[in-house]
Amino acid sequence: MTTVGDPAGAPAVAPGHTDLLRTPLYDAHVALGARMVEFAGYAMPVQYASILDEHRTVRGAVGLFDLSHMGELHVGGPEALAFTRYAVISDPGTLEPGQAQYSMLCTEQGGVIDDLIVYRADDGYLLVCNAGNRDAAVAQLGALLERGDFDARLDDRSDRTALIAPQGPRAAELLATLTDLDLATLGNYRSARATVAGVECLVARTGYTGEDGFELFCDARHARRLWDALLAAGTAYGLKPCGLGARDTLRLEAGMPLYGNELGRDGNPYEANLGRVVKLDKGEFVGRAALQQVQQAGPRRKLVGLVMRDNAIPRHGYPVRVDGRDSGEVTSGTLSPTLGQKIAMAYLPAEQAELGAEVEVIVRERPFRAEQVKLPFYRRPRPT
Amino acid sequence: MSTYPDDLRYSKEHEWVRVDGETATIGITKYAADELGDIVFVDLPQVGASLEQFGSFGVVESVKAVSDLYAPVSGEVTEVNPALSGQPELLNSDPFGEGWIARLTLADPAQLDELLDADGYAQLTA
Repeated sequence: MTTVGDPAGAPAVAPGHTDLLRTPLYDAHVALGARMVEFAGYAMPVQYASILDEHRTVRGAVGLFDLSHMGELHVGGPEALAFTRYAVISDPGTLEPGQAQYSMLCTEQGGVIDDLIVYRADDGYLLVCNAGNRDAAVAQLGALLERGDFDARLDDRSDRTALIAPQGPRAAELLATLTDLDLATLGNYRSARATVAGVECLVARTGYTGEDGFELFCDARHARRLWDALLAAGTAYGLKPCGLGARDTLRLEAGMPLYGNELGRDGNPYEANLGRVVKLDKGEFVGRAALQQVQQAGPRRKLVGLVMRDNAIPRHGYPVRVDGRDSGEVTSGTLSPTLGQKIAMAYLPAEQAELGAEVEVIVRERPFRAEQVKLPFYRRPRPT
Repeated sequence: MSTYPDDLRYSKEHEWVRVDGETATIGITKYAADELGDIVFVDLPQVGASLEQFGSFGVVESVKAVSDLYAPVSGEVTEVNPALSGQPELLNSDPFGEGWIARLTLADPAQLDELLDADGYAQLTA
């Protein structure tokens, strides 16, 4: 057999390898029997026992993710806000203390350098970026600061910060047993300082799974204590550790973009249906002129959702045909564990993006029918 | 180290073959199934298809990855496991039994000499 797959389907890394970075929880993953793979230079768990089981655990109970490979970039100084507003495409000026927003760093040409979350911190702004884009984000922010227009400082805290994420409908119940923080008052995209299992954390109600859940930032030296406490307390709530494999299928069902698949320097936020993130009226910022042009003319291509009508699994890179012509490409695709359907996101020329319209996905040189559907594929049931 | 059934022959590409008279039953090994993780889809040949030893004859897909299948021996497909399209997970749960993939009329018994025995395969995957 020969295997071709996504990054998380990469060959397992040998135990004891030395060339990859490790999160503070590496030993915990190995002890749990995780299958470790290379991801963004780190040895990361792709799965512990079963991606399907981990996926369902997050939809039905609570899953625990190690996201310590992600970047935490702190912007401080007297003009931290002015600088951050200039660097990102959203408007951090609207953030109240403890609030967060989804955002991006773009090039002057409007291409996406990284998508990230901006948190308003006590002493500035915390930008949480993709592990694979940390160097690019640091380089971009560093280059902007070097111009000397802003009295602000960048502090890359990634290596000393761990990030542990309990995600799922029972995450709040579980977390409540380990902290005094009143989680009922912590809304989506809100964060607060709190002690969790004796560890000082920034507790954020954010995630990348489509479920309710939290992201807990703490000092890397205390990561193992926090992880072990969540695992132990979590057994009563059906908690299981979950790897990058489930993280990818969960975000795809939830219609969330993955940098490198749906987002990149050769694209822009509008074509990814993320025009709402761009705040053109906030004043000057990096990429503004180019993005305004895209907004006025409309993007040339659009990200669409596909559900297969024929029996084949769409995958990243597979061609998409409309009216017999190669028109676009699948950016991400999988068998949806929750829906039991074969789903994908794909870019199509804007004029061919039309809900309900039929396309063909080319799988191993044969066409298979699919229908354009509304994104996301999955929305969590809201408490009534 | 895992042990593998003694009555099978194994390819370096992690397929197995069981010979019973002129019939060869083929499948993937437990090692391959474990490496792939949850198998969610199989794309198998038609009955009557002619397979070449070490030639690609189908595909199995896990949640994350797509893998080509290579025939451990040459032969004509006489039967494809009908259970796999509805229950591809049989490849994970019982790869040497209910998760068999296809039956062939064995074209050339001498081809078996090009495959590994259980010990040889166990060493390969150790």
